[in-house]
Amino acid sequence: MLSFVLRRTAAGVVLLFVISVLSYLLLSIPDNDVGRQLLGNRAAQDLVDAKNAELGLDRPVLAQYADWLAHALRGDFGTSWFTGEDVLQSITTRLPVTLSLMVGVTLVSAVLSLLLGVWAGVRRGAIDRFVQILGVVGYALPGFLVTLVIVVVFAVRLGWFPAIGYIGFSESPSGWLSTITLPIASLSVATVAGVSQQVRGAVIDVLRQDYVRTLRARGLPPGRILFRHVLRNAAAPPLTVLGLQFVGMLGGAVLVEQIFGLPGIGSMTVTYTTRGDIPMIMAIVMFTVVGVIAINLLVDVLIGWLNPKARVS
Amino acid sequence: MSETVEKAPAAPARRPGGALRRLLRNPLGLIPAVLLAAIVVAVLLAPVLSPQDPDTADLADSFGGAAAGHPLGFDSAGRDLLSRLLHGGRFTLGGAVIALLVALALGVPAGLLAGYRGGRFDAAASWTVDLVMALPAMVVLLASRAILGNTVWVLMVVLGVLVAPSFFRLVRGIVAGVRGELYVDAAKVSGLTDLRIVARHVLIVVRAPIIIQVALVAGLAIGLQAGLEFLGIGSGDTPTWGAMLNEAFQNMEQAPSMIVWPGLALGLTSASLVLLAGALRDALEDRGDRPAPARPRRRPRADTPAATAPADADGAERADLLSVRGLAVSYGTKEVVHGIDLDVRAGEIVGLVGESGSGKSQTAFSILGILPEGGRVSGGSVTVLGREIVGLPEREHRALRGDVVAYVPQEPMSNLDPSFTIGAQLVEPMRYKLGISKAEAKRRALDLLRQVEIPDPERTYGSYPHEISGGMAQRVLIAGAMSCDPKLLIADEPTTALDVMVQAEILGLLRRLQAERGLGVLLVTHNLGVVADLCDRVGVMHDGRIVESGPVERVLGEPAEPYTRRLLGAVLDDVPARAPWRPAQKETA
Amino acid sequence: MKDEAVKDDAAKDRALLTVEDLWVSFPGKGFRAPRTEVLKGVSLEVRPGETLGMVGGSGSGKTTIGRAILGLAPVRSGSITFAGERIERAPAKQRRRLSKDLQVVFQDPYTSLNPSLAIGDTLSEPLLAQGIGRREARRRVGDLLERVHLPSDAAARLPREFSGGQRQRVAIARALAIGPKLIVCDEPVSALDLTTQRTVLDLLLEIQERTNVSYLFVSHDLAVVRFVSHRVAVLHRGEIVETGDAARVTADPQHPYTRSLLLSAPVADVAEQRARREAFEHERAAS
Repeated sequence: MLSFVLRRTAAGVVLLFVISVLSYLLLSIPDNDVGRQLLGNRAAQDLVDAKNAELGLDRPVLAQYADWLAHALRGDFGTSWFTGEDVLQSITTRLPVTLSLMVGVTLVSAVLSLLLGVWAGVRRGAIDRFVQILGVVGYALPGFLVTLVIVVVFAVRLGWFPAIGYIGFSESPSGWLSTITLPIASLSVATVAGVSQQVRGAVIDVLRQDYVRTLRARGLPPGRILFRHVLRNAAAPPLTVLGLQFVGMLGGAVLVEQIFGLPGIGSMTVTYTTRGDIPMIMAIVMFTVVGVIAINLLVDVLIGWLNPKARVS
Repeated sequence: MSETVEKAPAAPARRPGGALRRLLRNPLGLIPAVLLAAIVVAVLLAPVLSPQDPDTADLADSFGGAAAGHPLGFDSAGRDLLSRLLHGGRFTLGGAVIALLVALALGVPAGLLAGYRGGRFDAAASWTVDLVMALPAMVVLLASRAILGNTVWVLMVVLGVLVAPSFFRLVRGIVAGVRGELYVDAAKVSGLTDLRIVARHVLIVVRAPIIIQVALVAGLAIGLQAGLEFLGIGSGDTPTWGAMLNEAFQNMEQAPSMIVWPGLALGLTSASLVLLAGALRDALEDRGDRPAPARPRRRPRADTPAATAPADADGAERADLLSVRGLAVSYGTKEVVHGIDLDVRAGEIVGLVGESGSGKSQTAFSILGILPEGGRVSGGSVTVLGREIVGLPEREHRALRGDVVAYVPQEPMSNLDPSFTIGAQLVEPMRYKLGISKAEAKRRALDLLRQVEIPDPERTYGSYPHEISGGMAQRVLIAGAMSCDPKLLIADEPTTALDVMVQAEILGLLRRLQAERGLGVLLVTHNLGVVADLCDRVGVMHDGRIVESGPVERVLGEPAEPYTRRLLGAVLDDVPARAPWRPAQKETA
Repeated sequence: MKDEAVKDDAAKDRALLTVEDLWVSFPGKGFRAPRTEVLKGVSLEVRPGETLGMVGGSGSGKTTIGRAILGLAPVRSGSITFAGERIERAPAKQRRRLSKDLQVVFQDPYTSLNPSLAIGDTLSEPLLAQGIGRREARRRVGDLLERVHLPSDAAARLPREFSGGQRQRVAIARALAIGPKLIVCDEPVSALDLTTQRTVLDLLLEIQERTNVSYLFVSHDLAVVRFVSHRVAVLHRGEIVETGDAARVTADPQHPYTRSLLLSAPVADVAEQRARREAFEHERAAS
């Protein structure tokens, strides 16, 4: 198990490196005269050149990248070209917002998906049809449209929650809850829709296995067979999908944070990518990719822990 | 990441025309298809249908409601909403089409090649795909805008690249499965070129899943595209559904209803696509074309009334251990076992022999009360230790399983839970049924493993099912059946999946355990040799009826019924060996 | 006419298929795992019109021999000569040419036919691959169905409409389509019911009688092999432990493994089976 985690971590580091090279090179393709953008059209050319030299932009792209990498490895992601903010600091102040959103969505959807999926898979009939329709609708509607509807209904019409803004947990836990509830609900719709379908399918599949019949023939009660044997063997597909959904969730967070005005990584992405602020964009890409790799590793470890056969391969 | 998400390939229907008809006959297929067609036509005809140019603004009309010639009213700049909705669809739908085409062009050929050839290309392509899938699409799209500029079409190409992995993985998974199919081997041996094999055998299998995936990805692409536009990215001033939603959102206080029309357009399009995908799946796949997982159950002659069983030779007096009278088993209205009589006394091994579809396994399952979904005992009586179990509440029937009636299944590997050690699987029923401590259960489990002649009980106790051989697994299952000291053992083809030599050992084991414990055994098998080896009495089953029963020596030695004679006539034991080959062998018959 | 017959006899003495010192191994599962040796120096020959039965337990490598001859398993060393031609590493083009003479019937009649192709399409596949026109192919499909005793309207139907035995007849018809010299039969009846098994075996014998085709007949069932084979080879852990005429090997086995194999298969006669069981236990105790 340990060697598996180490191997996967090593593969993740390689992946991270490749993505960093590709991103940096691609971001350097457009001939944005950053110095000119910063100093304005009327600035003298030698001042612009000096600004570019100050940012290191007069050097070959690979040298710029090597410089960035050397600093990044030491935890120094530089400063924003356009605002002068410290990159790492702006990310770390915004990370808790996005993280609490992600963790909230993951928890909510794991619990709801499990309940709905198992219920549908075991009972079939009406509840099964309901979960399937929910799956179709939840999957079909673009996430931000769902968000808009939720805002209109729960914030604008009913006024139960604020439509916009964010209160930190340390400031006021109840305020935090009221500002984060609608964003979490918005993002959870699609995840619950996707994952509950997987739970349902996997449960139905495992219930048909020969060993479930044999367990019944041994006289074990159905509840015990379901919770000890069926759920464990049915865990892999929904977990895998949850991992995939996490990647989608990051994209969803961009829109949701923008709509609710949450000061997270997502809304920050929109601001900085518009201007081609390479230090900021690089840091955002690196942080999200690390998140994705970590989640995928976690999912694989969980699956391996639940399923001994997966451990071998 | 593992490939577990992909569904096993299901073969498509043979005539696409038939599939289309089935699709349109399903309301869940017809309605979305009509809706989508209407939306596409309306968007294509935007220049004709629009009341005015989408960019014509008149601030006097700002937030104006519906007016003559302007059924949807006006936006904040006084532009006609209907015109903008129709024109906006061109970008939203057109963008999705571009993304789809790019994704198909990249994903499908690469998936075919990687799945069919495997090897280095597969490894490289799969790695690239993992890389792309680790990228959050929205972040990449935003970053690409910084690189590529503000053109919606270029961004859609990027989106196409980002969703191409879903096609790649789908196609690769299915093709890799098909590559191992015997019919592909047969086609190779028939002299078909690889290209032809792909065209004839592979494409036909991936076609349906690709069509379904297209509908799903189209929905996804439209959502992402509209999301980008909503953020004000990619479209500039051009009217798009996403941009209209954004404008509506900005002005929610003044004109809350403005959100309705673009929202409806987007929602209906996406929902129609996903519903259509679902209906397509039903139309293309659910035709029973999938390769049969097992031998199909032969259909019994329909509508034969549950005839009372032929009087059994030894049927008058009911046996104390197991007695079956007039047992009928039905699936829905279809009866598969038509009233059979059967007795097993303590210390006796009774064989139930027949070919596939004769109903012998269904009989065994009904005695245990573990008939598959849809099956039920539709008549007759079954008594175990004198107690009637037909109609017994499930809870009480369950109480009999394990410690009164035990079960040994056919296929050893699939009957052990892959996620638990052998030990855990032996201990659990004992702790539950006998209420003993964990340590006591473990001691008993090790003792049982020793009794079924497993060489290293401690090691096997800690092993997972995939770590032991089929013969060992069958011994474990026999140990499991014995664990709660049952009186009656029901063994369903216990040696069919094993090699002959292992079979001989397992038969020996069953014989020994039966003698030691005075068990009654009902042995279901298709092998007359196994019957001769183990059984005291035998019933011959054919088409859901017992056609002949009696002592083994009598039934095998002097069969009375034509079917039994036919069965014995097909046995090759006593047929003389073929004469040696001679070169001068005459070719004419 | 007479001269020709004499010449034919001389030719018939020469083997149609010769396998010499064949080694096949598969890469081990997992990184750097050792390769699994499946065949360890197998030699055999099949003469025109002859059936060589190949019997062994699971994992003995018996299926791999057939697959290696058909080019479906990688040969590590050794030679396979078919009709005077070396074929152990035949490139794709030579393989396609060989397919005219070298055919196969697989074990599982449920997966060896493409479930979405009509029987007629499956049967015309090898004909079209040999460059035969569509109309001619359709005519021949009718003949083929007749030869395996299937109704002629079977061509338009899908595999799932047929029983296991009927599907295996279709597989046999496909193998016969272009008049092969050798058919590798890989457990062709082990998935079939007893009564069906017998009729399929009878069909194979009838076809051999008529066409003088050779069979390499792979099976785990010694009784079946004995019934259809002129000669029998017993395979154990990738090596042939015994070869000889069917009657000799099955009545008077020399190798202990063959003896155990023979005695372990139960027969449908109570008294005889009791004797065999005791003999088997005796054999086990001795080894």
